[in-house]
Formats: sequence, structure tokens, C-alpha cells
Amino acid sequence: MSRADHWLLPDGMDEVLPPRARQIENLRRKLLDLFHSWGYELVLPPKVEFLESLLTGAGHDLELQTFKVTDQLSGRMMGVSADVTPQVARMDAHSMQFDGVARFCYSAEIVRTQPDNLLGSRSPIQIGAELFGDGGADSDLEILSLMTDSLLLAGAENLCLDLGHVGIYRALIVEAGLPDETEAALFDILQHKRLAELQPLLAPWQEQQPVQMLLRLSGLNGGPEVLASAREQLQGAPAAVTDALQELQELVEALQQQYPQVNLYLDLSELRGYHYHTGLVFAAYVPGLGQALAKGGRYDDIGRVFGRARPATGFSTDLKMLASLQGNLQARTPVAAPAAILRDTKGRALVTQLREAGERVVFIPRNSCSSAVDGGKSIQQLADGSWQLMAADKI
Amino acid sequence: MPQSLTLALSKGRILDDTLPLLADAGIHPAEDINKSRKLIFDTNLPGVRLLVIRATDVPTYVSLGAADLGVSGKDVLMEHGGEGMYEPLDLRIAACRLMTAAIKGAPRPEGRRRVATKFVNTAKRWYAEQGIQVDLIKLYGGMELAPIMGLADEIVDIVDTGNTLRANGLEPREFIADISSRLVVNQASMKMKYRQIQPLLERLTAAVEARTA
Repeated sequence: MSRADHWLLPDGMDEVLPPRARQIENLRRKLLDLFHSWGYELVLPPKVEFLESLLTGAGHDLELQTFKVTDQLSGRMMGVSADVTPQVARMDAHSMQFDGVARFCYSAEIVRTQPDNLLGSRSPIQIGAELFGDGGADSDLEILSLMTDSLLLAGAENLCLDLGHVGIYRALIVEAGLPDETEAALFDILQHKRLAELQPLLAPWQEQQPVQMLLRLSGLNGGPEVLASAREQLQGAPAAVTDALQELQELVEALQQQYPQVNLYLDLSELRGYHYHTGLVFAAYVPGLGQALAKGGRYDDIGRVFGRARPATGFSTDLKMLASLQGNLQARTPVAAPAAILRDTKGRALVTQLREAGERVVFIPRNSCSSAVDGGKSIQQLADGSWQLMAADKI
Repeated sequence: MPQSLTLALSKGRILDDTLPLLADAGIHPAEDINKSRKLIFDTNLPGVRLLVIRATDVPTYVSLGAADLGVSGKDVLMEHGGEGMYEPLDLRIAACRLMTAAIKGAPRPEGRRRVATKFVNTAKRWYAEQGIQVDLIKLYGGMELAPIMGLADEIVDIVDTGNTLRANGLEPREFIADISSRLVVNQASMKMKYRQIQPLLERLTAAVEARTA
């Protein structure tokens, strides 16, 4: 074995060193406190579960993303959590059984077999909040506001929110009744906005009104003004489409009023997470990141397989990525105290007092070459045996 | 706040077709790209920069957000997979076809076929769709040599006039896809910078349509 075999980490699995680790932990505490103040209850999901519970309703992508191991006790397959959302949905449907609205939050290290992109992490810390038991626009706005507050708290600047609604595409596709293969191809084309391929694909059905609307959908993205043209271009669409547009309109107005500093982008053909999302979908972006900072949306009825179908909406983000938006944390320079102080009751009392006041005090072993921390204060013993805190320049 | 826009261009054959199209759309590099050894060029449009990089690197730059937009051949995009990018415009330049080819008149081998190609992912997908089991050999150039030297039974490559194939005693066989260059946009850039990207997109669309009209 070469030396590299001993220290090399697997691709996308990172260790976090000081001061970044402290910064991440500080942010985690701040965010969990924020969620707590909004009434969200903290849950700690297990790291490993049976595959059947982990992969429920989440689709093929998550199955590929999940590391699998055999449970030596039961002989069943287990998966290492690659997404906390289905775990929280199970807790709501099976473990908790609140009747009214239930709010949960979490922060958990997850692992993934594949990164989201070439440079992506395979070991993010997923932090997020989920709201169960209400299917209305109020709850969508609550989750969107909580996400925005979280990102602003983390120091995100020039934030851009991307809003879509998979209910629009869903209603039109039902109405259009395209063959399965065409529908799959259409989904792929819209996901990547391969506009050149759209017209040829739908040409045989282009006389039908819902198909014409699907064609128009691909052009409906941009600022909030998109909603007005959507109402015009999708006139005569099923009620679900009109309702979705109305909800988006209300959300946009509320967000513009509450967060004037945040840019809004609407994309009516955004189909991210189409296989489990059922209504509003959203993501947050900041300049220079090249990928979404936080994502979320509505995923009603995910809990059905666990025994209880409930409306659900939520968001999550990667704590490590979020903390990287902040500059380097300047840790407080510690106060240096000779280790001899550990054997002196009065000295120890002074150290405790300083620590309670927020100072960091480090003990310097007697034969250590460093007598003090650079530029920091120190505790020194005076001739009469008492201990005194000295300013940096007095050393 | 005006943000800058970076457009990554594919070096080589595609670049020769791209520059006149950009000129039609009113985008002019500040100096002659073909006469300079620089890799980044300012343009007449404030905040718009051009990168000139290898064709296969364009999807990497754009999907990771190192460039906001890019001009990339459909062959390269199919091989990359196109994740993280939108592909809103067919520029209709550098047109050719992706095809299989083999030695002229050579019979198809029984059982597994050995295929040499630059486009390993695309070839794997295409042969699987045809129900043909293949062993793939990744090569970086000079594909025509592989069947001649007995390295492979077939190749998958882009075919323009077919002259190179004929000159080496090969013939084009199965058609896989029409290839032309596409404008690609990083998904995050599209959402954050649409107020700058949209007008650029419209200029380019108009230029493409004016040429084919």
C-alpha cells in the first residue's frame, strides 16, 4: 500500500477543519433556534433504515443515491439515509399521528452514492423544515418565508427565488392524453428547455388545445410579469391551471411585499422533482454558486404508504454549502494560563469566571515552548501567589 | 446591479461558424480571436465576455457555472448528458451527422461487436436501444484507423461529407442523430440573470432565423 491509501478520502466525502467546523455548528444552532421560534419541533432521524421505508414515493433517483447494506440481524436490505424528507414523512404518518398541522425540523449528515454535480459533495449536512396537515397557500407561503429567513440569516446576498408549480403541467398532460413515450420525451425536453426539439415532437397533436398550451409553457419563464402572460396564453385551461396561477400570483405579491430585496423568477415549465412534488416547487439561488442553494415544494400524500396520506410541504438546504457563503470566522483569541493554575483553587476560580464571561482560556504546560498565545491576554502569578489577568502588551 | 455574462465558445471547426453568427447578432470580440493567443476576450457589449476553450470542455464550464452560456455541439452535449444546463436554441451551424461506420462491405460480426468511439456514453445508449451487445473502446481521435488495424468492428463518429471515411476504405452505416451546435445556458444563471440573458437569446434567435429564412 502506498502512503496515499492511508490518508486519502473517497471522492466527495469531506472532513471539516477549524475554523469552518465551528462556523457550521454556529449556523446549525442559529437555524435550529429560528425553526424552534417558528414552532417547528426537532426530530433526529436514524442514520440507517430498511430500504422500503427510505425509498417510498421518492422515485428512482433516490434509489440510485442510496448506499445499501445488509442487516445481519434480519437479513433485510437497509439504506443509509440520502434524504431526510421521506424519514420525516414516515414520522408524521406513523410515529407521531398529530391530527392538526404538524411542523418538524431536522439537521442530519447524509451520504449519497453520487454527487449532484461533478464538484458536489457526497456527504452534505441536510437541514430543513417540513409542514404537514395543511394543503393551502398559507402553508406554502410559511415554508417559503421560513426558507428565505433562514438563508438571509446565513448571510445570503442577492438572493433569487425560483418559483414553479407542477400542477400546471400535470393538469395539461392529463388533458392532452399523449402516448407514454411522447410524454416521457416531452418531460425530458422541458426539463432541459431543448426548445428546438419541442415543436417536432408535438407536431402530430398540435391542433389540440392542451398540446398548444404545453408548447406555450416552455416560453413562460422570467420575472413576475410572466404570470400575466400565462393567464392570457393559458386561457380556457382546466381549473387546476387557473388555480395554480392564482396561487402563484398571491405568493409573488406576498413575497414582493415582505422581501423587496429578493429577486423573483418564475418558470412554469420547471419540473424538478416532478415525480413526487404535487404543487408549488421552489429553489433559491445566489450569484456565483452555479446550483441551487436550497430547494423545496409541496409533496402531498407521500405518507400514504406509511398509513396516512397528508398534505405536506417543506424545504431543505446543505448546511456546509450555506456556511461557505460566510467569510472566515474570526475566533476569539484565547487567554493563556500556566498549567500550574490547575492545582490552585483561587486560580481555578478566576479561570472559571473568565470562561463564564465568554473568554476562552487555554492551559500552557510548564515545559511548553509557547508561553502565551500570540497577541492574546495571559494569566500570571504575582509574587504574593495571587493570579492576575494581564493585557497582551504586558507580557 | 449589472452582472457580467460569460459565453464559452468551442474552439476549432465550430468557432469558424460561430463568430460570423455572433457578428450577425451584433456581438463582436474586442480583438481578432484567431490571431490572439488569449483565452478570454471582451466584446463590444458591456459585461459580455467570450471564452475560447476545447469543445468537450464547454458543457463542463457551463454546467458548473464557470460560464453562463456556451456554444456546444449536440454530439458533445449528448455525451455529457446536459445536466444543470438548458439548451434553448439550435444555432444551426456546424451541421453533421453522428453515425456508425465500418470497413466497406465488411460483414457484421456474430455476437458481441467491438466499437471504437469518442462518444462512449452515446454509443452505449444507442446500441442498447438497438438491442445490440457491444464492447466499447474509448479513443480520442483518428477513429477510422481502428477497424483497419483490427482494433474494432465498427466506429461511432461524426460524419460531415464522408470523405475521410471513404479515403480510408470505410463506409457510413447506421444513422444515430443529426448534429448541430446549440446554445446552452447554466440553469442557475438563467434564473438569476434572465434580464441580461433574455435579450441576448432574442438577438441570437433573430440572427439564426434571418440566416435560414
